[in-house]
Amino acid sequence: MIQIKNLHASINGKEILKGLNLTVNAGEVHAIMGPNGAGKSTLASVLAGKEDYEITSGEVIFEGKNLLDLSIEDRAKEGLFLAFQYPVEIPGVSNVNFLRTALNEIKEYRKEEPISAKDFLALVREKSKIVELDAKLASRAVNEGFSGGEKKRNEIFQMAMLDPKLAILDETDSGLDIDALRIVAHGVNTLKSDKNATIMITHYQRLLDYIIPDFVHVLYDGKIVKTGPKELALELEEKGYDWIKEGVESI
Amino acid sequence: MGYTEEELAKDLENQEYKYGFVTDVEYDEVPIGLSVEVIRMLSEKKEEPQWMLDFRLNAFKVWQSMEEPDWAHVTFEKPDYQAIRYYSSPKGKKGAESWDDVDPEIKETMEKLGISLDEQKILQGVAVDFVMDSTSVATSFKTKLKEMGIIFCSFSEAVQEHPELVKKYMGTVVPVSDNYFAALNAAVFTDGSFCYIPKGVRCPVELSTYFRINKGGTGQFERTLVVCDEGGYASYLEGCTAPKRDENQLHAAVVELIAMENAEIKYSTVQNWYPGDKNGLGGVFNFVTKRGLCEKGAKISWTQVETGSAVTWKYPSCILKGDNSIGEFYSVAVTNNYQQADTGTKMIHLGKNTKSTIIAKGISTGRSQNSYRGLVQIHKSAENARNFTQCDSLLMTDECGAHTFPYIECKNSTAKIEHEATTSKIGEDQIFYCMQRGLSEEKAISLIVNGYCKEVLNKLPMEFAVEAQKLLAISIENSVG
Amino acid sequence: MDTILQQDTKLALFGANWEKTNLPFDTAVLEQANTIINTLDFPTTKVERWKYTRVTKISNKTFTQDKTATIQSLPTLPLKDAYNVVFVNGVYDARLSTTTFEAGLSVQPIDIAEEAKNYLGKMANIEDKVFAALNTAFATSGAFIKIDAKKVVEKPIQLVFISTGEHKVANLRNVVVADKFSQARITQVFLSENANECFTNSVSEYFMEENAHLVVDKIQYEGSTDFHIALDYAKQPQNTTFKINTVTLNGLLVRNDVVIDVNGQNSIAYLNGAYILKDNQHVDNHTFVNHYEANCESHEKYRGVIDDKATAVFNGMIYVHPHAQKIDSYQSNGNVLLSDTASVNSKPELEIYADDVKCSHGSTIGQLDEEAIYYLRARGISKKSARALMVSAFIGDALDGLDNEELVDYIHDILEDRFGWTF
Repeated sequence: MIQIKNLHASINGKEILKGLNLTVNAGEVHAIMGPNGAGKSTLASVLAGKEDYEITSGEVIFEGKNLLDLSIEDRAKEGLFLAFQYPVEIPGVSNVNFLRTALNEIKEYRKEEPISAKDFLALVREKSKIVELDAKLASRAVNEGFSGGEKKRNEIFQMAMLDPKLAILDETDSGLDIDALRIVAHGVNTLKSDKNATIMITHYQRLLDYIIPDFVHVLYDGKIVKTGPKELALELEEKGYDWIKEGVESI
Repeated sequence: MGYTEEELAKDLENQEYKYGFVTDVEYDEVPIGLSVEVIRMLSEKKEEPQWMLDFRLNAFKVWQSMEEPDWAHVTFEKPDYQAIRYYSSPKGKKGAESWDDVDPEIKETMEKLGISLDEQKILQGVAVDFVMDSTSVATSFKTKLKEMGIIFCSFSEAVQEHPELVKKYMGTVVPVSDNYFAALNAAVFTDGSFCYIPKGVRCPVELSTYFRINKGGTGQFERTLVVCDEGGYASYLEGCTAPKRDENQLHAAVVELIAMENAEIKYSTVQNWYPGDKNGLGGVFNFVTKRGLCEKGAKISWTQVETGSAVTWKYPSCILKGDNSIGEFYSVAVTNNYQQADTGTKMIHLGKNTKSTIIAKGISTGRSQNSYRGLVQIHKSAENARNFTQCDSLLMTDECGAHTFPYIECKNSTAKIEHEATTSKIGEDQIFYCMQRGLSEEKAISLIVNGYCKEVLNKLPMEFAVEAQKLLAISIENSVG
Repeated sequence: MDTILQQDTKLALFGANWEKTNLPFDTAVLEQANTIINTLDFPTTKVERWKYTRVTKISNKTFTQDKTATIQSLPTLPLKDAYNVVFVNGVYDARLSTTTFEAGLSVQPIDIAEEAKNYLGKMANIEDKVFAALNTAFATSGAFIKIDAKKVVEKPIQLVFISTGEHKVANLRNVVVADKFSQARITQVFLSENANECFTNSVSEYFMEENAHLVVDKIQYEGSTDFHIALDYAKQPQNTTFKINTVTLNGLLVRNDVVIDVNGQNSIAYLNGAYILKDNQHVDNHTFVNHYEANCESHEKYRGVIDDKATAVFNGMIYVHPHAQKIDSYQSNGNVLLSDTASVNSKPELEIYADDVKCSHGSTIGQLDEEAIYYLRARGISKKSARALMVSAFIGDALDGLDNEELVDYIHDILEDRFGWTF
């Protein structure tokens, strides 16, 4: 699905990613963990195409295409979805109008017929159930006045609507109470298939109790320094990141 | 969900000013320039009664005694008032009685503009008065309205047919001496629309006037008078276009609204006069005086979407004279290239428990300058007056400007006034978010801007809202570099 | 400057009997002032900046200079532990002033400070400001304060300006020079003693170097028949903070102009203001913040309480010049009207020529929240105290910005005196 090779990225001249390698195949769930400032969110932003970052070297192959050559929207149209850590409020633009526009843009790119209003509304009803999102929220302005939990659920709802190949969840668990976390996790698990893949970026192990990863990677100082099975997350939780830091620095 | 993005995309295909065509018809004209003789000639051509001529000549005298104003925030070369033709009327039957009487060339013009005065439109419930250059060409739906006692006709016709009403109300809300351009208009106005809603009648259709400047070198000076008698209701729409021309054309209109006890008038404008080209050449000077008077319990609501004109200077205002009267102003002003807009409102609170709401959204791009100028005045007599004002400005380029000049004057301790204003750049994070969901940058901006203006667009009648959305998208075209 | 060409304008006649300034002004500055006095006149309400304030109350009167007046002893001052520098009717009073200062700080009467020549009139643009021009032509004294580089002044410098007598004028001129990394608080206190219809016309210029931090307080508490016109002008190079707190407690006609040019990056300007008026007082606050450079902030908060027949005017401008990106600026003006005859005119303005900015303003006019007063009374608080509490909370918004308890206590004491409010 995606191969990230020796990726270096910097912002304002400061290097954040320092040779990151990662391969994710269809049907897999990967968790990327790491201490604050390791470059977790940078990785998500760079993959989505945020222009503040400068890619100094490396390549990213997404479904056979060079991802870094694509515009932000074309990456989305190719099936890359980023669930934002801080979903943006867009006053006056209704969620449904926003999603219908996005969905039809993606369909047009894939040379598919645009979705009819009727089918679209049916889809909204179906998908909003997955994250127990009140149908009323769907007609409100994008994220405006949503609670923290509602915003995160709305991200997963959008993910369900757009049906991406690769979903990157950037700290989706942050700020969620246990009920909201369960709902979000349930949504992600429901959407999982052998054709798509998920990268979860998180600081805490808690989310991984609900979405079981196939692999856990530890990101430290712009590189993946350790990869292991799901149990690695528990070990991290127990021993803390210092354990990794010591390990890395002693090398 | 009304208007969708796909429709918008189609409409965007023709992105240049699409109303920039000239209709080839013959004109009946007065000589270029302004003098007592020209005014007499104009009045004569219109077969006006003596009192109308007197009104004009008096206004001319007043105008001559006034000085052309210098405004703080707009710069432009002042029009040469002697180089303008003050009367130019498409030849043919004036005020065609039926659609069949209208010149085929003009019919075509209207179709290009998307106004058809045919049965279909009537079925949609819009009565249209079409003013091309100086003359009202056709008014539709008249008979139907007549049965309800509603008068909706060209101003010229009203002078002939309803002199008592015109005499009684004309110049009462916007006096001749109000300002330089109002005085000029009073002297030379050629036509416009007149509307009278009798007591207790709710006009069932939208009344609409479409103004078009066609002929080069002509000014357009129309006058609109809407009188809504006790308990009446009218919703009035005004659309404006002009062909592309290199020279600046002057448009100086006067609109007077009178809402009697418990009456309500909604006045919506989509102003799309030719804004000039990318280098600031040409475009319409839009100097308009619009004002409404509210008696007891009456309500006047102004909604405007201003995307056109090289220079716009207008402040649709409400005089809240009667107790419990309400004034509203909802505005979107978009400026691009070298456009300059100085617009806002005045809410004059005289009566008790009067309320006013002002929502103004400015969007500046290119090298344009966009100012909100407003006055909220609470007089001593206006107990328990309330005002809420929200002015937001959105900046799209680093060469444009957005300015806010609110005047708040309060002489009554029971008043509550809240004014808020913000100025910010279009949200980069919002654009990124939209693009991450697959939207192009252009589409993302259009969506965000439309969302930003939603509070105002929602106030427009349906078909106007669609047109306004399209206009917005076209106006902010290529604005992010 | 030997002769001032006399013309028959009211303005030229206004100072005809005053002695010309002996402050070390540059000739060019003086010439400009004289030209203005001889060619312009007092502003009318047709001038936008004076739209809501008539100056005829001042321009119709004749004021005289008085260089011999004295007062017995210092009145109660807001700051107990401060360097006091005292001026009576615009003349330095050595007897009542502190004369020794900590190392790195120098304070002198400006009329004898030779070095002031390099600063006087070099900042404040008097082009269309006739009162500042009058001040320039006729200034008698004021403080010249110099703070050396890296000097953090321990004690506040309390400038005390006292008006006394009848129809006296004090043209005051202050210059503050704050070198790199220096820090100081300067508290200007305007008082009157046995005064009737006195006129204070003050101009202060604040010269800051990089990384300097200045706090300026202006406590205006002259008599209820006195006039006060002031211009405070500051320029901020990079990494500086400048805070000016303007508190107007009395005076018949008070006009304050605060102009701040933010000329360097990473600088912050704070403007706090409180005006509490009654009787037929008229107080006009004009502020103008120029953002010339990127990455700066300005925060402005003015609160007013207006009783009786008093009138308040607020006109605040935030001007963001082209290319001054990333400006974060907020301006707020709140007014409470306590009587049916009080009035307020508020004009918060934004003029913005850069796109990547966050600027906003808010202005409110209203009454004390009756619900809240009812609630307080239901808890056993008297109506009067309840109102006082509400007023205190309202202006507290702005007074909090003073960040000095002594000053706030002093202000509260005066309000208790004048309005019977207990805090």
